[in-house]
Amino acid sequence: MLAVVAAHLVLALCLPALARYHRRVAFGAGAALLAGTLVWAAVQAPVALGPGLSDHLAWAPELGLSLSLRMDGLALAMIVLVSGVGALIMIYAAWYFGPRSTDAARSAALLVAFAGMMLGLVLADDLLTLYVFWELTSLTSFLLVGQGGQYRENRRAAVQALVVTVFGGLAMLLGIVLLGQLAGTYSIPELTAAATAGTLAPDRPVALGVALVLILLGALTKSAQLPFHPWLPYAMAAPTPISAYLHAASMVKAGVVLVARLGPAFAAQPVWWVPVMVLGLATMVVGGWRAMRQTDLKRLLAFGTVSQLGFLMVLFGAGTRVAALAGIAMLLAHGLFKAPLFMVVGAIDKACGTRDLRELCGLGRRRRGLAVVATLAGLSMAGLPPMLGFVGKEAAFEAFVLEGGVRGWVTATGLVAGSLLTVAYTARFLWGAFSTKGLHPTGGDPVPLGLSGPAWLCALTGIAAGIAAPLVQEIAASYAAPLPPAGDAYAARYELALWHEPGLPLLFTAVALAGGLALHHWGRALTGHAPVGHLSAQRGYEAVVTGLERTAITVTGRLQIGSLPVYLGCILATLIALPGPVLALTGTVPTDQLPYHSIMQVPVGLMVVVAAIALCLAHRRFTAVLLVGAVGYGIGGLFVIDGAPDLALAQFLVETLTLVAFVFVLRRLPAHFDEPDTERRVRAPKAAVAAVGGVLVAGTAVVLSGARTLPPATTGPFIAGAPEAGATNLISAILVDFRALDTVGEITVLLICAAGTASLVLATRYDKRKGGTVVSSGSGSPQHEEEVLG
Amino acid sequence: MTTSEQAPGGTRPTGGGSDDARAEEAAAWARMDQPSGRWMLPGACPDARERTLVLEAAARLLFPVVLVFSVFLLLEGHYGPGGGFSGGLVAGLAFVLRHIAGGDDNLGSRFRIRPPVVVGTGLIIAVLTALAPAVFGEPVLSSVKWTITFGPFGHLDVVSSLLLDVGVYLLIIGVVLDLLRSLGSGIARDAREAGEDVAGPGGAR
Repeated sequence: MLAVVAAHLVLALCLPALARYHRRVAFGAGAALLAGTLVWAAVQAPVALGPGLSDHLAWAPELGLSLSLRMDGLALAMIVLVSGVGALIMIYAAWYFGPRSTDAARSAALLVAFAGMMLGLVLADDLLTLYVFWELTSLTSFLLVGQGGQYRENRRAAVQALVVTVFGGLAMLLGIVLLGQLAGTYSIPELTAAATAGTLAPDRPVALGVALVLILLGALTKSAQLPFHPWLPYAMAAPTPISAYLHAASMVKAGVVLVARLGPAFAAQPVWWVPVMVLGLATMVVGGWRAMRQTDLKRLLAFGTVSQLGFLMVLFGAGTRVAALAGIAMLLAHGLFKAPLFMVVGAIDKACGTRDLRELCGLGRRRRGLAVVATLAGLSMAGLPPMLGFVGKEAAFEAFVLEGGVRGWVTATGLVAGSLLTVAYTARFLWGAFSTKGLHPTGGDPVPLGLSGPAWLCALTGIAAGIAAPLVQEIAASYAAPLPPAGDAYAARYELALWHEPGLPLLFTAVALAGGLALHHWGRALTGHAPVGHLSAQRGYEAVVTGLERTAITVTGRLQIGSLPVYLGCILATLIALPGPVLALTGTVPTDQLPYHSIMQVPVGLMVVVAAIALCLAHRRFTAVLLVGAVGYGIGGLFVIDGAPDLALAQFLVETLTLVAFVFVLRRLPAHFDEPDTERRVRAPKAAVAAVGGVLVAGTAVVLSGARTLPPATTGPFIAGAPEAGATNLISAILVDFRALDTVGEITVLLICAAGTASLVLATRYDKRKGGTVVSSGSGSPQHEEEVLG
Repeated sequence: MTTSEQAPGGTRPTGGGSDDARAEEAAAWARMDQPSGRWMLPGACPDARERTLVLEAAARLLFPVVLVFSVFLLLEGHYGPGGGFSGGLVAGLAFVLRHIAGGDDNLGSRFRIRPPVVVGTGLIIAVLTALAPAVFGEPVLSSVKWTITFGPFGHLDVVSSLLLDVGVYLLIIGVVLDLLRSLGSGIARDAREAGEDVAGPGGAR
């Protein structure tokens, strides 16, 4: 399984080169890999639906970190969307991107990489594995929405999507860590077992609740639930294949998948199901309502997706058997009808040059094929037989009718309202795209098979899956098996099927259909082009972001005043204020300190002290720099005397380099330290702070060196292990083997410092050259960028 | 620098025919230690007043030697003091020397080096070395030791973590080069454009 995920990433690396050779071959290779993944999953299906198929790679066993994947019913359903629908969208994309498109190569590689991440996400069997793939999908989504970054609209949309989903993702990470600490495991099956047995932190319900809410925050942001939903319609700035794949079929379902994954464990807890179901229902209704008022077909579909995601949240949040069956059916149905609808919009956009329903006219007659495929997909969206959408919606109504009680009936009513709106916006979509509205007819160019073919395949699969409902039942039953059947005995044996005994669900469908059509027909004035009210989630997002920026500017303006003494003073004052008292109160000075170990330490130490005192008295900067160097070399000498040649070597080299850097900078500084009168007044406080800080650091060193309670790590077995690590030099063994992770981290910090120095020094040059005009960060000239990049 | 491109002193043919052979010999002798690789040359100095010949000659002689020494330190690190960090710093100081002797922003004029690329390459090598064991099913960052025997000359231990050290080595060189680029030539050019009189990279005010 890991190999399949890795194959996606490897292919993604090769694709840019391949796309340079031939664009369609690159997309074809991607489609082939995705289709191959689907076939592989289909072959594994019998095992996956039975005991499940696992794969495990130890990452850092000491920390309990591992990559673990597991294929089960839920994963299989998502693979149908990620790989199956994904393959069709790759073919579609091959025809969508023009022959001279500069976006094609990047998009092909990123789409395949994204498919790999998404595959990892749906297969993840471990919360940390899931989190890693989760954030990777956010990042690829950012790149795919942002495209080349030439257009402001794309950049804004990409940033908003990233900010919202990564905010949720970080909250989720907190929740995951909290949950993992409470349960002592990150493995999802173990967590589920502990939660159902009631042994998961029974004495700490508050901590568990906080963890669950934080995890839900990740799911709600990723799946565009109220009030985080506006990023999804804005992300429609991306090219249509990307919208169809990320924002309809796969990525936005990640939140739903997370709720579904943890549903069997936590659905019984009110802290889990109340937010999921309340926000899900609200999202379903609000999304449908907003969809009714869109004039851009793509945005209409995007709000439709928001609404359907709310629906899915409700189904998986309920945590009952029938609702779960309905959830899996709707999950598949949504991917299979929303992707072709997006493809149709893309084709219309290509053929007519617009996707505004006020401008489109007469397309139904001129492009009959597109109209038929859109209608087929639309019927599934509206929940009409014999589509999979109908099967799912019937099951959904049945689930809450069977459940009964306040929750059941309230939810059922909400679902009927949401379905009614769904029918209405479906009708609006089909009317807007294909009707003849007495305007100038649009739509000249014929649509190539590469654009219409994938849409046809997808929509027809939707019908086939509706007719072959028992097959979907197989997959869904594997997921729903552990969930409690709420309601009577019928709930325990309910199965997904195209036809059940007529009852309330069928009545609900009829009500939704009639109401929706009526709303579309008569309600156009009501839903028309009314402006968005004051309570807008998008405004909320913008207010938060601008507020943050303003706060950042205020705080930075107060703190970063450009005075080195103030910065140093702040650092030293913090050092004195925080660890200082602790050290003074609790530290014990060790009694076994000798004045010196070796007689050679005395002269060298004296030299350091003298140089330090002289440093304070220096008038010229150059003298001061040389004295700093003398102090450094003196300390290097102490290292030599103490028998640490490695340390000494590094100290001498760094000292030399520092000296050189200082001399470079000195060329631009005045030769003398000038002392205005204001400086003279603060001299005593400065000296006091510096002296206390210095004494504190020295004292800390002495106290901490005596505070050892455990035997040092560098004893017997450790030193004996050094030659095994390939280095007879213990220091090297520590650096490159025992503590190699630290080394990698440190050199990363160095890289950041180098990049930062280069950017700061070279950026100010160009900002200055522009003659004092205000240049905000990140808007450097091309020359400047070239300079910074070397 | 311009002198290096002309023939060294004494090569101008003199009038006397019998002197030709001796002149040729002298020329060959003079060319004996002429740097053959252009990358060894210090960069050209735009302003002749800023040149110090002794430093230039010393830099030309020392630069390759110090680079070799830095590689020695890198490899030696497994047995004694040294390692990627020290080796990289020594190599970086070699570049500092060349910069001080020869030149302003022509550090890369003979053999163009882009510091960010060097830094990035170093980090990539280090991270790939860290991740590589995962491919073979070992924990990340574990290392392997191969022992090569050279018969009577003893044996050599080659450790996979040496690659990590190579990454550190390159990264440090890149950081130093970046420092030279931004603080060295960047500041100097900045000052010259501002019309200030600033001493060359080596000189103090």
